[in-house]
Amino acid sequence: MIQGIPLEHFLIVSTIMFFIGICGFIIRRNLITMLMAIELILNSVNINFVVFNRYLYPDQLQGQFFSLFIVGIAAAEASVAIALIINIYRKMQNIEVENVNELKF
Amino acid sequence: MTGYTYTVFILIIPLVMFLITGLLGMKWKPIVSGLMGTTGMGISWVLSLITAGSYFFGGHHAESFQTIIPFEMTWLRFSETLIIKMGILLDPISVMMLVVITTISFMVHLYSIGYMHGEKGFQRFFAFLSLFTFSMLGLVIATNIFQMYIFWELVGVSSFLLIGFYYQKPSAVAASKKAFIVTRFADLGFLIGILILSFVTGTFDFGKLTEPGTAIFGSAASMSFMGVSALTWAMTLIFIGGAGKSAMFPLHIWLPDAMEGPTPVSALIHAATMVVAGVFLVARMFPVIHFQAPAAQEIIGYVGGFTSLFAAVIAITQYDIKRVLAFSTLSQLGYMMLALGVSGYGGEEGLGYMASMFHLFTHAMFKALLFLGAGSIIHAVHSNYMYDMGGLRKYLPITHITFLIACLTIAGVPFLSGFFSKDEILVAALHHNKILFAVEFIVAGLTAFYMFRLYFSVFWGKDRHYHHTPHESPLIMTIPLMFLAVASIFAGYLPFHHLVTSDKIGFVTEMNYMVAVPSVLIGLLGIAVAWILYKKESDVPAKLAKQWGILYTATYNKFYFDEIYLFVTRKIIFNYISRPIAWFDRHIIDGFMVGIGTVTEKASYKIKGMQSGQLQHYAFAFIAGALSLALSMIYFLMK
Repeated sequence: MIQGIPLEHFLIVSTIMFFIGICGFIIRRNLITMLMAIELILNSVNINFVVFNRYLYPDQLQGQFFSLFIVGIAAAEASVAIALIINIYRKMQNIEVENVNELKF
Repeated sequence: MTGYTYTVFILIIPLVMFLITGLLGMKWKPIVSGLMGTTGMGISWVLSLITAGSYFFGGHHAESFQTIIPFEMTWLRFSETLIIKMGILLDPISVMMLVVITTISFMVHLYSIGYMHGEKGFQRFFAFLSLFTFSMLGLVIATNIFQMYIFWELVGVSSFLLIGFYYQKPSAVAASKKAFIVTRFADLGFLIGILILSFVTGTFDFGKLTEPGTAIFGSAASMSFMGVSALTWAMTLIFIGGAGKSAMFPLHIWLPDAMEGPTPVSALIHAATMVVAGVFLVARMFPVIHFQAPAAQEIIGYVGGFTSLFAAVIAITQYDIKRVLAFSTLSQLGYMMLALGVSGYGGEEGLGYMASMFHLFTHAMFKALLFLGAGSIIHAVHSNYMYDMGGLRKYLPITHITFLIACLTIAGVPFLSGFFSKDEILVAALHHNKILFAVEFIVAGLTAFYMFRLYFSVFWGKDRHYHHTPHESPLIMTIPLMFLAVASIFAGYLPFHHLVTSDKIGFVTEMNYMVAVPSVLIGLLGIAVAWILYKKESDVPAKLAKQWGILYTATYNKFYFDEIYLFVTRKIIFNYISRPIAWFDRHIIDGFMVGIGTVTEKASYKIKGMQSGQLQHYAFAFIAGALSLALSMIYFLMK
């Protein structure tokens, strides 16, 4: 199915996803949106793993397993992050990241 | 050779007593500490007498006294050659010193039970007395010069503690500091001397150092510094240490002030035992000094002679009875040093050595007696000053008689102990150095004069207004007085020239009437002048003092030596040496450290705003950093 599509195309997609994620993480104020941006970053990495695995070592599966692990860990991380966000909401009545600035000098 | 192992206990008992009374004394009644300390000292005394008896009269010495080392252990081993040992060395002078120290110490312990009765810190006093006795005993039986140095410093510490016994009194505190600093300063010389000596000879052991004709000095003769041989330097420096402890001119300034301590302490430490440590040191090193460093021996002789004259002159004008006795001690110590300075080695040539040790022995007895007598007087009158005393012979009969015996002894009246020992010093001086003989001859007259000035103005003359009628001290104080009086009379009959000699072989002395008769006459002259001037109260002494004018004032103020020292230290050393050093320390060393702190603090204030608490700022910084790293890597690797 992916025959004929060069490696670079996948990499360009994943790079674009990665930088969209980073921009989202830095620019968006809403904690949930920031969490989604992190998911984008992780998934761009997943694409890289799978693609490199497929193109460089087609008879092995480590890259794909790795991406499965990352999906699992991303799920766990999302649950923890959402729990934190709920707590922040209870404390501050909003989830704007500028308000979460008590840990400083 | 064996059979003296029990001498260890002479040393250990006072140490144990110090630990027990020092640690537990406050839990008991004061008198318990006193009795324990005294009993322990009594045992040490008996053991010392047994040691002396079997050593001197045991008859196991063929023709000369052997040096016996009953106990020795290695204490520190730094390398194959640098080994510090601890042990016990018995030879004539150390055995004699054991007897002197334990006798006087026991008497002083006994006396102190009465004298210090009811004083605050009674237990502390006895603990320190035991500590002192332990250190002093350790000093005299040292087998090597390093052990001696260790105990030497311990003696200095216990002297410091005892002078400052009345630590609430500022003058006592100042006196103890002065004594400690002056002797410590001198000990620096001692230490450097030890280091030079052991560097040259490669040994600390007295046994090897003092063996005549030994080969260890072979290489030393070639070494020299500033045109003076290394050994002369070493011996002179060691003598400076001895001069500090023995309060020789110009390091004498601490001894008169040390009289701030309780009187029994003055008797024990500053008259009979510690101050003769310097003399003992010179005697211990005598073969080295005599054969290897004759120039140092000359110095010793002249310093001793000058000190004895100088101190005797000052003693004439003092009014504090303890200070008169202190200057008298200085003068007598000068005698001993001088005798060592003019002595030769072996047989009759070694007369000065033997006379010095003899005088050390008799002086310990009569000077301790004088101090304890003075303590008894002070106990009765509650004053140290002669003008608060007079006509005391009626009230203090025992003190009077014993004090008179001591005065006669120190004045050199025939057939008392002081006569024999002083006479031999004079003979030794006459053989070797006429100037020093003349000095000592005059000092003999001065000694008789100032002692009887003291005696007459205290015990004769008019009664003063006493707060209460003076009463004789209790028996526990008068028994030591009586014992020491007997010792002062008969100590002169000990055959010292058979027992304690430079080469440990006895020789025969004869009375030299050419010296004895004039010295007795000048002593009697001194007594007679004192009799005329002070027996009855008159204004003659005051008139005489006025006639002498400036000279009298200068003498009364001890020739302004304290002031000179104060000037030198305060004005010169403090201003021109200490202050620049302090400035350097405060501004350069401290300034550097403080500077580092200040810079760090200031910089932290400036950059702390970067920790804003804003998650996205951190993320931005992190990503920007990572990107710039990646870009720069790409840039440099692609090139």
